[in-house]
Amino acid sequence: MFQVRFHGRGGQGVVTAAEMLALAAFNEGRYAQAFPSFGSERMGAPVVSFCRIDDREIRVREPVMEPDALIIQDPTLLHQVDVFGGCKADGFILINTAKSFDELGLGDFVKDFRHERLLTVPAAELAREHTGRPVANAALLGGFAALSGLISLDNVASAIRERFTGAVGEGNVAAARAAHAWVADQLRELSGAASG
Amino acid sequence: MLHQVEGSRAVAEAVALCRPEVVCAYPISPQTHIVENLSQLVKTGELAPCEFVNVESEFAAMSVAIGASATGARSYTATASQGLLYMAEALYNASGLGLPIVMTVANRAIGAPINIWNDHSDSMSQRDSGWIQLYAETNQEALDLHIQAFRMAEELSTPVMVCMDGFILTHAVERIDMPDQELVDAFLPSFQPRQVLDPDEPISIGAMVGPEAFMEVKYLAHAKQMQALELIPQIAADFKDAFERDSGGLLRTYRGEDAETIVVALGSVLGTIKDAVDELREQGVKIGVVGITSFRPFPLDAVRAALGHAQRVLVLEKALAVGVGGIVSANVRMALDGIELHGYTVIAGLGGRPITKASLLGLFAEAVADRLQPLSFLDMDWDVVNRELERIGSSRTSGPHAENILRDVGPVAAGPV
Repeated sequence: MFQVRFHGRGGQGVVTAAEMLALAAFNEGRYAQAFPSFGSERMGAPVVSFCRIDDREIRVREPVMEPDALIIQDPTLLHQVDVFGGCKADGFILINTAKSFDELGLGDFVKDFRHERLLTVPAAELAREHTGRPVANAALLGGFAALSGLISLDNVASAIRERFTGAVGEGNVAAARAAHAWVADQLRELSGAASG
Repeated sequence: MLHQVEGSRAVAEAVALCRPEVVCAYPISPQTHIVENLSQLVKTGELAPCEFVNVESEFAAMSVAIGASATGARSYTATASQGLLYMAEALYNASGLGLPIVMTVANRAIGAPINIWNDHSDSMSQRDSGWIQLYAETNQEALDLHIQAFRMAEELSTPVMVCMDGFILTHAVERIDMPDQELVDAFLPSFQPRQVLDPDEPISIGAMVGPEAFMEVKYLAHAKQMQALELIPQIAADFKDAFERDSGGLLRTYRGEDAETIVVALGSVLGTIKDAVDELREQGVKIGVVGITSFRPFPLDAVRAALGHAQRVLVLEKALAVGVGGIVSANVRMALDGIELHGYTVIAGLGGRPITKASLLGLFAEAVADRLQPLSFLDMDWDVVNRELERIGSSRTSGPHAENILRDVGPVAAGPV
């Protein structure tokens, strides 16, 4: 079973992100379970959502406490909420920001992590470019597809289109493709640096 | 057809497949998405003919359902928590009048202190209201139970409550198999009411009954639930024939054959319990699970047959009967009259506290070793409790519990759990 935890703020589409990831996994013929952190949602308040993906029926109903991947939609949460709680050293971390882990003050924290699994992507900027709004959720899923290889970009795109129709859907698909390309580039650079 | 949808949406679509003619509801978390979806299906004409009545309270919601059902219309509503309490008087009227209303309860805690999260306090408080109560383990079962509930309600002329865990199920997006309309139509015949209010043939319903006949009329509600003990498994079997799925029934056993320890629970927590039990089975622990689907009527014989051979029974409950402890366990005890075994009541998950597999594994290990108290509280923070008890003891004017405890606990943002 692969477990993903999303962190963001009310209004950023954090719950929708988990749902779209579950939908993408479902479209690949897998079992998936997405659910929110059950708070009284308010605009701007910290929000958590979860997605589990497996090849068999998922029965467990507890929150994701030891995520295999963290997707952080709002970097202002990093020093307010324990977003890294239960995070594993071989886990994936994707943060919506133009800054690096070092610039975010996380260099020490992640020094034992697998660096090819930690990336930042300016998803809000890409979303603004393609949709006119800085809502990063769909773009981050595109980036996550590239980072983790867990789901295909095409299935992310179809999940986005199932959730959002028309221009909003197409804009978000474009943002997801852009973020996917960005992350794929970063990964190539990283592997180039490692081999060179 | 397979879909990946939110539980609330799945239930709304399943209810629509049952062709209700009146849906009346007042929104309350975590039921809201169910009735929002239904109102949309009515507005778009996908669910027709059907009138969606926006009422001003839960008391009105149940009252409208009663009126609609009495005119022979298939009627549905949904609620949760304080909303269910607010309609309590009307609940008894619906069952006393024998009106086959189907209602979803999106299970949520009851205040004070106010809390919007899941437990079973709401529906458990209405266990003696005369309604049949079915508890869903998954969203698939939740939607299947609604289809079964309409048939059950109408065959018996008695109302049915389908209970599903608020947020944990209602807001979970997972795979469900949504049946075709033709299948549901074939399974659920059109509503043939036992009594009808019709202006062309006027009768009255709801007579005052004095001591000469009150017990007899009241007994009929009980008699119907005793009939339901036969009917519920039949409907589940028919459902399986038609839809090729196991859903509903009185109870279900998991790895119970040779189990020395059996865990009893209701609702979505059964999934996490089964995962924990699988782990313990791998270690050679003889442990099994009984999930009770029908809490009213309570299947005394089936529970006895499923638990009677065990050495110990642990009942995990999401509600607390203040002053005594367990509600489900009191019923389980009744089923086990005369059988010698260890019985443990564990109160868990109140007000949305997550019930984790790690905590369950620890709990079950304690139970297997017979180290549990007769009544215990999973993951209770006793320091917090004891601090407040000390305050109460040391000062006459110690103030309100909730505020004192929140000050002790400190601000809690939406962290990892």
